[in-house]
Amino acid sequence: MDTELAPRLALSGITKRFPGVLANDNVSFSVRPGEIHALLGENGAGKSTLVKMIYGIMQPDAGEIRWDGQVIRVANPKAARRLGIGMVFQHFSLFEAMTVLENIALGMDARIPGRELESSIRQVMEQYGLKLDPHRTVSTLSVGERQRIEIVRALLLNPRLLIMDEPTSVLTPQEVEQLFVVLRQLATEGCSILYISHKLHEIKALCDTATILRGGRLVDTCDPRTETSRSMAEKMIGAGLKEISKPASRALGDARLVVNRLSMAAIGHFGTALKDISFTVRAGEIFGIAGVAGNGQNALLLALSGEESSEDSEAITVDGAPVGQLSAKQRRLRGMASVPEERNGHAAVPDFTLSDNTILTARDRLGMVSAGLIRTGAASTYAGEVIASFAVKAQGPASMAGSLSGGNLQKYIMGREILQKPSVLVVSQPTWGVDAGAAAAIHQAIVDLAAAGSAIVVISQDLDELLSLCDTLAVINEGRLSRAMQVAEADVHEIGLLMGGIHGEQASAPAREAAIAG
Amino acid sequence: MQVKLEKRPEPSRLMLVVTPIASVLLTMAIGVIVFDLLGIDGFRAVIDIFVSPILLSYKWQDVAVKAAPLIIIALGLSIGNRANVWNIGAEGQYIIGALCAAGIGIAAGTTGGPIIILMMLLAGMAGGTAWASVPAGLKTRFGVNEILSSLMLTYVAVQLLSYLVGGPWKDPNGRNFPATAPLQPEQTLPILIPGTTVHLGIAIALVLPFVFWLIMARSVFGYQIRVVGSAPNAARHGGFDSDQTVWLSMLIGGAMAGLAGALEFAGALKAINLGFPSGYGFTAIIVAFLGRLHPIGVLIAGIVLAITYVGGQVAQTTVKIPNATAGIFQALMLFFILASDVLVRNRIRFVRSPRAGSGQAASQTAGGE
Repeated sequence: MDTELAPRLALSGITKRFPGVLANDNVSFSVRPGEIHALLGENGAGKSTLVKMIYGIMQPDAGEIRWDGQVIRVANPKAARRLGIGMVFQHFSLFEAMTVLENIALGMDARIPGRELESSIRQVMEQYGLKLDPHRTVSTLSVGERQRIEIVRALLLNPRLLIMDEPTSVLTPQEVEQLFVVLRQLATEGCSILYISHKLHEIKALCDTATILRGGRLVDTCDPRTETSRSMAEKMIGAGLKEISKPASRALGDARLVVNRLSMAAIGHFGTALKDISFTVRAGEIFGIAGVAGNGQNALLLALSGEESSEDSEAITVDGAPVGQLSAKQRRLRGMASVPEERNGHAAVPDFTLSDNTILTARDRLGMVSAGLIRTGAASTYAGEVIASFAVKAQGPASMAGSLSGGNLQKYIMGREILQKPSVLVVSQPTWGVDAGAAAAIHQAIVDLAAAGSAIVVISQDLDELLSLCDTLAVINEGRLSRAMQVAEADVHEIGLLMGGIHGEQASAPAREAAIAG
Repeated sequence: MQVKLEKRPEPSRLMLVVTPIASVLLTMAIGVIVFDLLGIDGFRAVIDIFVSPILLSYKWQDVAVKAAPLIIIALGLSIGNRANVWNIGAEGQYIIGALCAAGIGIAAGTTGGPIIILMMLLAGMAGGTAWASVPAGLKTRFGVNEILSSLMLTYVAVQLLSYLVGGPWKDPNGRNFPATAPLQPEQTLPILIPGTTVHLGIAIALVLPFVFWLIMARSVFGYQIRVVGSAPNAARHGGFDSDQTVWLSMLIGGAMAGLAGALEFAGALKAINLGFPSGYGFTAIIVAFLGRLHPIGVLIAGIVLAITYVGGQVAQTTVKIPNATAGIFQALMLFFILASDVLVRNRIRFVRSPRAGSGQAASQTAGGE
């Protein structure tokens, strides 16, 4: 009876220090058996460090961990698994060239004969309704299916606490629903779940309790079902949340960016080819491209920025002028700016100063070069302008780009492009890994640029971001782009199907029939 | 226990300057120990190699003459190395540069003067550039590794030299020795300080580092080289063409090596024989790294390496050690500078290795956040 009353997991006074940072400061909370407990916080709030200590990857500097009432020390992940703690990481550790079965066998602590393992895998899958062929090669599986491998691997150990680290960041809405069904079933069977996320509506839909971390400290433990998303977000960021202020009604202008039947071969081994992509973005329009990671988003950004040039110069036109075969430099001169997903080493050079980083993309448009020589004064002045108008926390133009936090560097990069007043701006994952405050500032800047008459393309895996930001939305899957839909009339269910790869056939069959009939 | 290298957030600027000096001092210390163990007066040997050329004023001109080609070649190489283009074949480009200059000299017959000299130097640069264009073309066109192709072309250049000096270009009055006829006095580089061997090439070697410094620090081309070397994807994003960078840095490296070859021929040796390939093109790689790929650093490092060449000759007569000893010291210096580079950019951490079953966990930690 005692074990029934004692919480499954209880942390008290957990503290973890890294050089220069207090990652966890005196954190205490507990998880009951069968409870789905959310761990909520911004990037860098200390969620990952905390669960790494629970899973034995790191050791706390102070504080104690109790398991079923007993004080324990989790020496390493193997010890954690012996206790009954399972973890599904945000980044999968799978071998692409091996089958599902082989991957699971490799991750087991004990050696289990293949046939025996296969039957227990099938049993687990049947019990939780997880569909997966044990003999498929991992490289042929979707992200959602790969996550199922990790879940099955964790479930084979009959865990009594399952830690899920940002599990839905790569899933379609339908896959998220399926995952929730599995998690709820696990919870009713008595397994506790520690669910790490920053997606508030998911936490409201799934979790019984939410522990909110900010800057390594526990801010609040609350019941998410009685809180509003807004109140939790405010606890998470520690300040009032600013709404994006969109001009109430905007008339969209003429087409500024027209992409017409753009195709491109895959770059490298794991690249995705672009197939017959067409869309139009008008002045003042924010055009969103949704999709699960790895479906051609990177290739599309490179094709639009000019880092990869197209065979057909008419495939991309800016204000009527074909730019498909122009280089990145020439496209910038025509007013087409871009911000790739990766900040360090792609959008910016980490070991260059902020001032030197302006030269990378602004040198020609802003006249930072004369007679082959760089006008360092002009670069430094512009860097100062960007820092001031985008409230970038940096010592000054001479700071190294790599010394800025992710959010500040992203604000700097966005500012560097936006202050050049581009006629077309293409951004990928504008708020990826950025704290909520910076994300709001970046969203506002995008909206303001559109209001000033630019055409904007936002490529993002965060559907919520696109739905709140964009006027129009299309979905990219395996290098193909769906038809564009008005966000105001968009159906999340249909978007989810498109993200999952159900193209034309089912999703737009009625439309095609109508076309034939007409 | 496990030893791990961890990238430092920002390498110390002081260390970037201190480590080349420390490398030279460590090389000297190791030299003392090794020679003492071999039963040779190690302290004397190291003093002779590293210090005597500085103390003996009559050796200065030798140092200057040897430093000039090292500096000029290393300037070119440092541009490529900054952009991660590895031209290992400067020796070959140097040889071809000298041969092209010799060709002009032979074609000019007995006529000389500034025009002929200028033509010789330009021909040297053109020859080195042409030789470097082969690995550049192979790399950009077919993805051939430039380290291999440029190195192999060095041996082609050596064979070409043997053929020319032993055959068509052999001095008719040279008693059948495989060597070209010496240049006419009006075809050689002017001597800047009368009574010494200090020729025009040395002045060029003193001025060029400042020109390169201006280019690297202030020009868009220098920026391009720095971005390509530091963040190739950012360079593409910024609109810098990577093939163009390979071409330019390879060709500049070739042009400088060719110029050095022409200057060495027209300034110091005045004739080409089978001993012409002396390894300057390889030693210049050490100069480039010891000089931190910075033009002014290269100037200083070139002088340091030249000192070891001259000092090696001194030690040959005083402590009776082979001339090749200088080569060992040069190699030690490269070893120390590269090793200390690793430590400037990374720090060593000792980690308690967790027990079995954590391999998976370790990889997850790495990809965790």
